[in-house]
Amino acid sequence: MNILKKSFKKSIWVFHLSTAACNNCDIEVLELLTPRYDVERFGIKLVGSPRHADALLVCGSVNAHAKPRLIEVYRQTPKPCLVIAFGSCGCSSGIFRGSYSVVGPVDKVLKEVDPEVKIVYVPGCPPKPEAMIEGIIMGLGAI
Amino acid sequence: MKLLFYYLIFPGFVFSSFIGLIISWLDRKISARIQWREGPPWFQGFADIGKLLYKEVIIPKEASSLGFVLGPLFALASVCLGVTILLTGYFKLSEGFIGDIIVVWYLFTIPSIAIIYIGSLSGNPLSSVGVSREIKLLLSYELPMVILIVMITSKVRGFSIKSIMDWQIINGPNLFNWYGIIGFIVSVICIQAKLGRVPFDLPEAETELGSGILLELSGSLLALYELSKAIMLFGLPMFLVILFWGRGILGGILLYLLIVFLLILIKNTNPRLRIDQVMRYFWGWLTGASILAGILAYLGV
Repeated sequence: MNILKKSFKKSIWVFHLSTAACNNCDIEVLELLTPRYDVERFGIKLVGSPRHADALLVCGSVNAHAKPRLIEVYRQTPKPCLVIAFGSCGCSSGIFRGSYSVVGPVDKVLKEVDPEVKIVYVPGCPPKPEAMIEGIIMGLGAI
Repeated sequence: MKLLFYYLIFPGFVFSSFIGLIISWLDRKISARIQWREGPPWFQGFADIGKLLYKEVIIPKEASSLGFVLGPLFALASVCLGVTILLTGYFKLSEGFIGDIIVVWYLFTIPSIAIIYIGSLSGNPLSSVGVSREIKLLLSYELPMVILIVMITSKVRGFSIKSIMDWQIINGPNLFNWYGIIGFIVSVICIQAKLGRVPFDLPEAETELGSGILLELSGSLLALYELSKAIMLFGLPMFLVILFWGRGILGGILLYLLIVFLLILIKNTNPRLRIDQVMRYFWGWLTGASILAGILAYLGV
């Protein structure tokens, strides 16, 4: 069992979910896959389906339209899984906080569904790719 | 007891999955080097499988759970059986039987059928698009490949692995003739399609269908399927080595590495094709080429 747990830390498959983001964080995620940063060194790769994912990379202040989608995708992801709240908007709704359509940052929405959800916060507008790598590595300590 | 040992340990499950995972690492590493990246460490394949075994399995509400579990199990079991028959013939561990080369080829087809079954009962629209593409892909590459197998077996006048290899000891490898060269090129493209790799990855199509046919598989079921894919990556080039080279160990290993390198190179230099382009390509060009190879083999060139 221990070796399976260890292999979890060596192979993180990330599903990228955008919940009403301004698209800047999404561009930064694409930078992460370029040869310069090359996250495949650490076994991190982007997958197309939440069923295969170990980490949900959520960027954007969650608005009322995106909230049920976020909850649905979180439920579809096999546990144990890690949630990465990416960017200032993901961490705290950013400058959109208090707006009429924004229902709260990622952690508030997900803690209503699952109080024991593991969330990593990567602040920045947008955060650098190095910051995201560090965030995932710190989050793996929690699992 | 001996058969169980063959099936589970030496040429079968443990050995071939070890080699297959190493080869799948080599695939990712060489692809990364081609793209000027660093690439994953050598244990990446094992880490992926271990991680997937550790995770929760989710079965969709619409799907029948028994079928969903049995599909990947059948895929893995039949691929192991195919590799066992192939390699016991190659390493002279057993005599084989009449028609075993055909049996091996159809055992390697079962993973496709299993994944068609799983994709169609998962109740996901993207999966069902992937299913229809997988069926068309299966129909496309079977035709030239079966023509090639019939060509080789009629050339050597024997329907077993043993007779193919014995014939090539006496008359030299098939690869050194014109029909062999054409057949080799066609069959490398066919196994590229059979493995579902990049120019022919329409059923999975990560960017388009979100890994389509595998979309609802999770946890250890996905691990079993990935493992059978890795074993196929070991087994199918060995199949070509037997068809076109026969029994030289050193030459066999070199030809095996050449085939794997060609597969990686094709994967990294081609975009994904549409399904109508794939069918036209296989039923037109490649079937024509394999019929030409058959005529050349009949004329003895």
